[in-house]
Amino acid sequence: MKARLTKKKAVAKKAKKTTTGDLQKSILELIRVTSSDIPADVQKVILQALEREEKNTNAEYAMNIIKANIQLAKNKSQPICQDTGTILFFVSHPAEFSQLQFIKSAQKAVLTATKKGFLRQNSVDSLTGKNDCMNVGLGHPSFHFHEHKKKTVEVRLMLKGGGCENVGAQYSLPYTPLEAGRDLDGVRKVILDAIIQAQGKGCGPGVLGVCIGGDRGDGYVKSKEQLLRNLDDKNAHKDLAALEQDIVATANKFGIGPMGFGGKTTLLGCKVGVLNRLPASFFVSISYMCWAYRRQGIELSGSQGIKKWLY
Amino acid sequence: MKKLKYPFSHQAVRELKVGDMVLISGKLFTGRDAVHKYLHDGNPSPVNLKDQIIYHCGPVILKDAKTGKYRVTAAGPTTSIREEPYQWQVMRDHGIVAVIGKGGMGPKTLKACQEYGCVYLHAVGGAAQVLAEKIISVDAVYLEHLGSPEAIWEMTVEDFPVVVTMDSHGGSLHVDVEKSSQAIFKNLIK
Repeated sequence: MKARLTKKKAVAKKAKKTTTGDLQKSILELIRVTSSDIPADVQKVILQALEREEKNTNAEYAMNIIKANIQLAKNKSQPICQDTGTILFFVSHPAEFSQLQFIKSAQKAVLTATKKGFLRQNSVDSLTGKNDCMNVGLGHPSFHFHEHKKKTVEVRLMLKGGGCENVGAQYSLPYTPLEAGRDLDGVRKVILDAIIQAQGKGCGPGVLGVCIGGDRGDGYVKSKEQLLRNLDDKNAHKDLAALEQDIVATANKFGIGPMGFGGKTTLLGCKVGVLNRLPASFFVSISYMCWAYRRQGIELSGSQGIKKWLY
Repeated sequence: MKKLKYPFSHQAVRELKVGDMVLISGKLFTGRDAVHKYLHDGNPSPVNLKDQIIYHCGPVILKDAKTGKYRVTAAGPTTSIREEPYQWQVMRDHGIVAVIGKGGMGPKTLKACQEYGCVYLHAVGGAAQVLAEKIISVDAVYLEHLGSPEAIWEMTVEDFPVVVTMDSHGGSLHVDVEKSSQAIFKNLIK
């Protein structure tokens, strides 16, 4: 009886180990692909942007280098950009799911990915300046969990570099310098201002994730979540869909162009979400994503392998 | 397409104008935040930078365990504006002919480019693989105690692609694009 129990226990333990091992392997593969391979929807708009630029201009020159870089990174399975960015996991899962177990597996996968060079040593102790934790430290990687009604576990990963993160902005309406009031026209003004302020410094042409409303913290998180949307999707809200289109069309009249060299494409896309706000607050939070838009996702199988890719 | 070949000179970079697309062949020395602060603080440079080019870059460099040779796996430019407080002084005191980076620099650097005959060369941000391919050898490392991304790496490049965005005649593509885009913006939000 005792022996049988022990055996049962051992089998259970083994099964569990295999499961987490698979999860770790799946996350590692997710990191490798995210770091080295631009998703198809982003690649499509980059190639369209290259076609639009006039021949023999600085803009076309930059877009050609970007195109070549995308191919080279994919072929060599090496980081598209040496700044492999903040590692942001967005996990949608059913009720019976251990977040702690996921975090543990993801941390291990991040360590391995850093050793293998899919990720750069990119996590600095803000007090000592040391950069030796292999990307697992306070707040790194960053996890966002959402319980959903479906049975599936979906893991989305975004690698967001410092150059583009630095040009993100949060406005509080009314914003007097632009006479931007507390309405959609005011929102439009400050979004466009953020693009003007960024110029080429965020490694444009970029994509904006925007959140109207929320508090300062939720606003920025929601703005990043907008960057998980497919570039060719359509906002279900009519006014926001119109705003998204208008922002891209207007920004591309600015002439800032790729890298700020001047040219026809300043913005590849804009995605806007909305949260309720307090009567006293009206924030517009804007996250800028560079052309090296590293975002991928997987749906896990029952054994925690990769069932399918989400982008 | 213009070519800039080693040995570099102030005379050669004076010929370059904003908007020129240039392929560089020869030596580059990486230098980012810590190096600029170090030189600005009055420390002597561990290598003679006269007539050389500084590249704002924190490369990913691996050392081959067998041969001891260094290999660059990713080497795109980092944001240059952080060196704005120091760059003019490095141009004045060390006789460099150019800096390579991304995002452009401000009025102090632009003035120094005019006074000391330097240019600012913009590499394509994020293009870590294309640019790493142009590095044919890593020849030496200085100030390694600052950490690998912050050290001075001496490297040889071939046909390294850049665009002149600030020249030695007071021209700045960044100033021009900002001005024109601001004007269009003001008009469109009326």
